Amino acid sequence: MSGGFDIYVAGVGGQGIGLLSEALIRAVDYAGYVVKGCDTHGLAQRGGSVSSHIRIGAEAHSPLVSEGRADLVVALERHEAVSAGRAYLREGGTLLWLDSTWQPLAVRLGGARSAEVADVEEAASLRGGRAARVAPVAAVDPRSHNVVVLAEICALGLVPGLRLEHARSALADLLGGAALASSLALLADR
Amino acid sequence: MLGKEAFSEIVIGDTAVVRAMLESGVRSVTSYPGSPTPEIADAIRAIPASSRPFRFEFSVNEKVATEVAFGSALNGHLSVVFFKSVGLNVAADSFVQLPLMDIPGGMVVVLGDDPGANSSQNEQDNRHYARMSYMPLFEPASAAEAYSMFKAAAGLASRRRMAVILRLTTHVCHAKERVAFGPYAPAPFDPTPRFDPDSGNYVPLASSVFPLKRRALERLAAIASDPEALATNRLEGRGGSRRGVIVAGAAYLSLMDALEDAGPRPDVLKLGMVHPLPAGQVLEFLASHDEVKVLEELDPVLEPDIKALAYDAGLRTRIIGKRDIDERMGEYVPSKVRDILGSAWPDMFDSPRPSALPAVASPRPPQLCPGCGHRSAFYAIKKALSGDDITVADIGCHTLGSFPPYGMGRVLLSMGHSTATASGLALFNGSRKVVCFIGDSTLFHAGLPGIANAVYNAHELTLVVMENGTTAMTGHQDHPGTGKSFNGDSPRLSVRAALEGLGVANIREVDAYQQAKLIEAMRAATSEPGFKVVIARHPCMLKFTREARRRAGPAWRAKRVRVDQASCTRNLECVGRFGCPSFQVGEGGAISVNADLCIGDGSCRQTCPSGAIVEDLGGER
Repeated sequence: MSGGFDIYVAGVGGQGIGLLSEALIRAVDYAGYVVKGCDTHGLAQRGGSVSSHIRIGAEAHSPLVSEGRADLVVALERHEAVSAGRAYLREGGTLLWLDSTWQPLAVRLGGARSAEVADVEEAASLRGGRAARVAPVAAVDPRSHNVVVLAEICALGLVPGLRLEHARSALADLLGGAALASSLALLADR
Repeated sequence: MLGKEAFSEIVIGDTAVVRAMLESGVRSVTSYPGSPTPEIADAIRAIPASSRPFRFEFSVNEKVATEVAFGSALNGHLSVVFFKSVGLNVAADSFVQLPLMDIPGGMVVVLGDDPGANSSQNEQDNRHYARMSYMPLFEPASAAEAYSMFKAAAGLASRRRMAVILRLTTHVCHAKERVAFGPYAPAPFDPTPRFDPDSGNYVPLASSVFPLKRRALERLAAIASDPEALATNRLEGRGGSRRGVIVAGAAYLSLMDALEDAGPRPDVLKLGMVHPLPAGQVLEFLASHDEVKVLEELDPVLEPDIKALAYDAGLRTRIIGKRDIDERMGEYVPSKVRDILGSAWPDMFDSPRPSALPAVASPRPPQLCPGCGHRSAFYAIKKALSGDDITVADIGCHTLGSFPPYGMGRVLLSMGHSTATASGLALFNGSRKVVCFIGDSTLFHAGLPGIANAVYNAHELTLVVMENGTTAMTGHQDHPGTGKSFNGDSPRLSVRAALEGLGVANIREVDAYQQAKLIEAMRAATSEPGFKVVIARHPCMLKFTREARRRAGPAWRAKRVRVDQASCTRNLECVGRFGCPSFQVGEGGAISVNADLCIGDGSCRQTCPSGAIVEDLGGER
């Protein structure tokens, strides 16, 4: 992969972006690329915004993606999609977002506006990029939507060279038993 | 992790350090949990206890952890202590003595500094401690370097029978990459206690301090030219540039990113050992460049020394240090380093760097989890106090009570400060009640002296112990009050018994979910004279629910509440005052419950004046 490829993953503490980003990193490794990354740990996990950085290619040095430089922004929540897209998407990048809503406190208290679909689309279009919406699957546990999104990334070919088989190998490294079986089933649905 | 052959794996820096411990022959490891380092303990826990070649404990605080590691090393066992940045302040009283000692086993102090204050109350630069105490300090940039520099630090510590610092930072601890590990040859363990009081003076008192201080300074001077220590530094570039950069730690990687966009590249002197400053290498680098930027995250620690070296050597090199306060603040992420380089050398970059678009979506600060006993407690305690009363926070999950909508705990210094700070706030103060908070882990960590003082010196205030039975914020580690240590069952230290032992006579205990009783207890306690304690107890529901879910397996059936729309009067008590994130506000102010978040604890039901929050019997997942 020439020129490198940066992915910024955003969500809310509790949505399982740790597993999503670990699986992505391992999948990219299985695909044969040099990869590094970094997750939010600690305090911010308590219901706050959480993020993961993934950087592919030998010319990526820091584990942190820079603002306005992510080729792909993945968000598991609507407000996070708006924030992450506006902060990190590069010109012409792709914003893949799961259409779930966990209202931030200020929205619940009436002091801030709730993010709408149009806000997400604007975040992508302002960068000349595109937003791709993933609808939540009613039959799937909300905590498993991270795997739904992983399947979508592979199926849509959003990361050059990354295929479903790489994601399967990655998940097999990370999960076991029923959790692995149900995750692999979600991948197979794509 | 225990593989004898060399191998590679994708790991974070914290995990890489544990493989380095194994390869280095470490025998004793201690810690107190604090971000960004608790994942070191997670990696240790992943090694089955039966095949773990070293002993680990979570000590009661960082000072104790340091002392246990020191004692173990005195007996000849290579020892490690690790904790977060501000943990070193707690450990400092003993820590600063270490360089005076001859430590036969050697000792590595692993620090998790937190530039950017990602999960700390400041972003202190612990390189200052290395200077103050004459201790060598290595500073890796990546997970791979965390592994290799731990081994360098352990080697130096063993060879020279001393303590050495490995200073990690948040995004070194948590940076993830494929790391190539060397072979691991377990050495037979000799448990012989080898402490020999005659092998050196171990009791520095008055004039006996001076030979020890002299030895520490001589040892430090020798390390400045120790070939193995110097091997952690490297020069990049062919010396063709008239510009150079001296850098260390994660800022080096940000520099490399920034230089991907740069015109002619400066040469780079990348330091692994930042203390003692490798004067020879630095002088050579200065002498071969016209301009040198000292690129260091946080404080100017290297800069004054480098400038002094140049002055003494009569060099005319232009040395560019910190140019403004902003260069002392925040993490040196790639964009910040690029801006700093552009400020030093405006011709370095042709085009402006990409930046974020202005934020429009509401930010999402961390908050108490659904079902958290602290929420129920703060909601009730706020009702028992007047808006003018003074509340003092301590460190832990309950610090989040200072945020809206609770505003409980409006001043914070450090672990365990709350009782004593509140004692001071209560002096000369007959009009505003003073209430302070502390968690159970923090109580045992550093809270006891303030309580003893409040009893001893007859301070007038109310302490609320927010007892949730774990060290929740850092990942649910056990503590002396839980009846478990890292290594199994242990005697449970009762909070109440500890308080009574310290002489506290006025103690109330309430389940934090019982809001009416808690309000009554707070009203009573705050109207009585003297030092009063209210224990507001409820288990950490994040931990409790996870464990219940794990035990139940596929049979798990989550509980939920729902809002009965017919009886809901939309007064927003649940959203605006109780503030559980499960409540969402829809079109026209209709309240709904987010099923992904609600755990069905029901602590909210008593807050609704119209009784509209009801158990959701249809809850399935």
